[in-house]
Amino acid sequence: MIAASFEYDAPSTLEEAIGLLQQHGEDAKILSGGHSLIPMMKLRLASPERVIDINGIPGLSYIREEGGVLKIGAVTRESELEHSELLKKKFPIFADVTKLIADPQVRNMGTIGGNLAHGDAANDHPAAMLALRATVIATGPGGKRSIPIDEFFLGFYTTALEQTEILTEIQIPVPSKGTGSAYHKLERKVGDYATAGTAVQLTINDKGICTTIGIGLTNVNPIPLRATRSEQALLNKPLTDENIAAAAQMASEDCNPSADLRGDVEYKRAMVAVLVKRMIKKAIERAK
Amino acid sequence: MNKQITVTVNGTQQTLEVEPRTLLVHMIREILNLTGTHIGCDTTSCGACTILMDDKSVKSCTVLAVQANGKSITTIEGVSTEGAMNPLQEGFKENHGLHCGFCTPGMIMRATELLVNNPNPTEDEIRWGISGNLCRCTGYNNIVKAILYASAKMRGVPTASTEPEFV
Amino acid sequence: MKRKEDVRFLHGKGHYVDDIKLPGMLYMDIVRSPYAYAKIKKIDIEAALKVPGVVTVVTGKDLEKYNLHWMPTLMSDTQMVLPTDTVMYQSQEVAAVIATSRYAARDGREAVKVEYEPMKPLMDPYKSLEPGSPVLRTDKPNKKDNHIWHWEAGDKEKTEKVFASADVVVKQEMYIPRIHVVSIETCGCVADYDKVNNHLTMYMTTQAPHAIRTVIALVAGHVGLTEEKIRVVSPDIGGGFGGKVPVYPGYVIAIAVSFLTGVPVKWIEDRSENLQADSFARDYHITAEMAGTKEGKILATRFKVLCDHGYTDAAANPSKFPTGLFSIATGSYDYDTAYMEADAVYTNKPPGGVAYRCSFRVTEAVHAIERITDRFALEIGKDPAKVRMENFIKKEDFPWKSPTGWIYDSGDYHAGLKKVMEVVGYDALRKEQAEKRAKGELMGIGLSTFTEIVGAGPSKDFDILGIKMFDSAEIRVHPTGKAIARFGTKSQGQGHETTYAQIIAEVLGIPAENIQVEEGDTDTAPYGLGTYASRSTPTAGAAAAVAAKKLVDKARKIAAYLLEVSEDDLEWEPGKFSVKGAPEKTKTIQEIVFAAYTNHPQGMEAGFEATHYYDPPNLTFPSGAYICIVDIDKETGGIHVRRFVAIDDCGNIINPMIVQGQVHGGLTQGIAPAMYEELIYDDDGNMLNGTLMDYLVPTAVESPKWETGHTVTPSPHHPIGAKGVGESPTVGAPPAIANAIIDALSPYGIKHLDIPITPYKVWKALKEKGAI
Repeated sequence: MIAASFEYDAPSTLEEAIGLLQQHGEDAKILSGGHSLIPMMKLRLASPERVIDINGIPGLSYIREEGGVLKIGAVTRESELEHSELLKKKFPIFADVTKLIADPQVRNMGTIGGNLAHGDAANDHPAAMLALRATVIATGPGGKRSIPIDEFFLGFYTTALEQTEILTEIQIPVPSKGTGSAYHKLERKVGDYATAGTAVQLTINDKGICTTIGIGLTNVNPIPLRATRSEQALLNKPLTDENIAAAAQMASEDCNPSADLRGDVEYKRAMVAVLVKRMIKKAIERAK
Repeated sequence: MNKQITVTVNGTQQTLEVEPRTLLVHMIREILNLTGTHIGCDTTSCGACTILMDDKSVKSCTVLAVQANGKSITTIEGVSTEGAMNPLQEGFKENHGLHCGFCTPGMIMRATELLVNNPNPTEDEIRWGISGNLCRCTGYNNIVKAILYASAKMRGVPTASTEPEFV
Repeated sequence: MKRKEDVRFLHGKGHYVDDIKLPGMLYMDIVRSPYAYAKIKKIDIEAALKVPGVVTVVTGKDLEKYNLHWMPTLMSDTQMVLPTDTVMYQSQEVAAVIATSRYAARDGREAVKVEYEPMKPLMDPYKSLEPGSPVLRTDKPNKKDNHIWHWEAGDKEKTEKVFASADVVVKQEMYIPRIHVVSIETCGCVADYDKVNNHLTMYMTTQAPHAIRTVIALVAGHVGLTEEKIRVVSPDIGGGFGGKVPVYPGYVIAIAVSFLTGVPVKWIEDRSENLQADSFARDYHITAEMAGTKEGKILATRFKVLCDHGYTDAAANPSKFPTGLFSIATGSYDYDTAYMEADAVYTNKPPGGVAYRCSFRVTEAVHAIERITDRFALEIGKDPAKVRMENFIKKEDFPWKSPTGWIYDSGDYHAGLKKVMEVVGYDALRKEQAEKRAKGELMGIGLSTFTEIVGAGPSKDFDILGIKMFDSAEIRVHPTGKAIARFGTKSQGQGHETTYAQIIAEVLGIPAENIQVEEGDTDTAPYGLGTYASRSTPTAGAAAAVAAKKLVDKARKIAAYLLEVSEDDLEWEPGKFSVKGAPEKTKTIQEIVFAAYTNHPQGMEAGFEATHYYDPPNLTFPSGAYICIVDIDKETGGIHVRRFVAIDDCGNIINPMIVQGQVHGGLTQGIAPAMYEELIYDDDGNMLNGTLMDYLVPTAVESPKWETGHTVTPSPHHPIGAKGVGESPTVGAPPAIANAIIDALSPYGIKHLDIPITPYKVWKALKEKGAI
């Protein structure tokens, strides 16, 4: 319940924050929403010597569309994403994802940047970012850097962010007409991490052919997983029940869930197949 | 090294000295002696510590006191005026929305923001809206009823009967 | 009537133990064992003592000097306060750090270094009983095994005969896992020992303050803390549910430290500590059998139980009832043959078996009988509602003696089941189910028709550590007609401040708003055994009614004197006496009370107060009929509770709103073990879900919109015909839900699943049967 002692900084500019990261290296952790970091610190599973609070830095929280790209500031709260009218219209997947993250109070503090930077395959945004083919913008001493989402997640709690970089923005290409997206996760109770979760974004043309598709999986692999084989099996093909079922089966084979209190491997694989099928169907409906 | 922070608490500005690791809930309970906000867990699960920070309901056990610097917080002690109950407090009393009272301040603070964001919620929206607050005594039915009552009161429409309904 | 106690809670002015701050108060944090079974080689407190703010560190060896390192349990076993050489369960208390602040105590805890020599723990109760297993309680001289006690009830031979000749015999193993009460407030205390006056005030989360005071006196009397020097105060308690009945080591350590230092010591456990070390319930392995005819008549039942008590029997049960009131497992059905036996065993788990909202093991008993009844119905292919209806004890047969000797006071089981079936539209639902089954869709209907047994208990059979289980009320009315009433019970949210006032108001005629109710301070409250097991209404509520009646009797004498008539000429209605035939000649209760202080008859004792210690002549037997409807997502195993209707019979109802609130709360604590909660250990003794992230307490989303109603069959022996209701729903709901889910799956040959029944379990069961 009580963390070990640490030093605390609340920089007011990004440069200051990056400077502090350069100065303190491995001993410092960024505090964004704090609802992954602080719980770990309270249980003394993490004891950084220094906490750098970036909540006071202006200009890191926004949701806007610019030149065909959706840009979201890293310190945008989950609750803001949940209620954004802009997102509801073009990216219904955001409401799906955010309303399943923890609970309303946690969503008032938790940020999308923190959710991604934590590097946890159990978090919900990573799968959606895979499906949406997002790009992560990191800012460090050398300036800004674009990291495609497929290169972002490297391992257990490990991302492509350098020690001195801060995740500052997420960019998502605004899709064309005829695109729908959806996310769902199975959980043991509301607020739980996923037993399995699936994010889908797809475009379907007036001939019923799938012209774009992204499928991301939550908590069934050491790192957030793209169901590549399933995507390739559906791209430029008609979205028939048969094709969808085959793609779902592939996803269940390609993931690597661990047995835990939520279920064994066989069950989780089967749930992946069910969710892939259901989310593809939902995305198709929303594409209309 | 301790930090000095300035926080507006229930309308009054306070300057306090805290450790960086001091949790907001401990600042509220131990330094300010406002013990209406409670602690029920250590994994951000139960919501008994819910308060409003700049009008957003947050779990004060997972916020550092230093994060409240320059902000305004409202606790259960700050929702009524001169002892008169506000619509939510009245709703909980009239509808038997509490038994032991331990989760109640957190529920009321959460419901406060819920009704600001959604003044006329459905029963389902209320249940999802309080999904971050655990209650072990009431079975939730009457908490939902209490919030519906407050919603009606605040919208100036007649409230439903507060008598228990039986099949 | 709305609740009087709500105002302070709604303003954040409840007064719970962690709100208490005394001058000079120190804080205690406990070092706990990571191992389930280990020898302690060394406890190094050097570094801890150097942490700023740490005052001292207490170990078992320190307590041993005062013979305080072991203490008795409520079941007359013994339990360590702090170990001197061996730890027996993961998270066991090993040392206590005392510091000037909560934060410093936590830092101190981190700095204590303990060297353990881990041993292989005994986690499986069956293995623990096998000959040749290591003996866990080496502290007990001459103990050669891990068996604690054996218990039996009923007629073994007669039962064997009936089973041997019956048409139909069904047998089912069922495990009722360990669960946790998870009151939102954890356990804690402030122990405040005054060295100058040799007086201990113990502020404590306890459901039974007087019993605790006596226990402290028994344990610490030899160091000078005799009972008149001890005051136990239960302030507001944030939920008890039985978890705040036992004496946990933390309390005793806090007392010892306060005693030695002469300053107040606060101990408040974290949630993880609470989940991992105390307040657990259930953990019964049951083999249930039912014998009957192929037409559906129940002839006999037989139960065999293995009781996993952890490393010591610290269960909260009346002393003659090691399995509590489990022998109610014969249920609501009219047959005369039953036999049951139980064996308790030690394992390397936290001790106990609190009576978690179950009136002493009645949840286990009712789960067993209601599940086996459904198994029986399934076996003979008969509708489970019909089987129940045809076997119920008839209303006119009460008081009815059960095969294990209980005298059920009253009940109308037929009316209850009839009502719930009507409300839910049972026949239409069975039709719908048949149609869905034809399409391969899963829908289930589950029943539970239970008899509860509460209000422990009559002094001839019931005691805890020898103290009889009466309860008490003391009423004193002031000259101006307002009253104060004190009780030996202790509400943790049940609304006593309101319902007791209502009981007295109904008998005496003083408005309930004018009656101040107090509980929980052993210096002022009359002696009682506390609140748990739904006993308050049957015992203290009865005491209130009897005491109030004594006051009515005194009032009659005063009224006769004031009105100058004989007592026989007076007519009473609550609130006033009037002269028969001259109704305008009256005296209100307020006038009478005033006279008791200012103008009482010569020779009569002045004042207006009465005390009663009520020894219940019997337990009371609430009952209920519950129906649960579920729809199951075949692909995921997902379970949706479409509807749940609970018809309860708790006799006469004092406050319908509070009774309904108790039912709602109990139902949510019933769906919890049915679908979400269990404490899970691995073979090495590690608890795998010791935080609320993985111990799944239902939120408002998981908890259905309960529908409740009642039938009323008053208890013939209770002064106001009331029975108590707090636990019925927790007892009755799990089998209704389990029966519904299993009913949904039965077309595929699935006959039983242990609770908690999760989507994962459902999916696995369907997969195994080739249904998906």
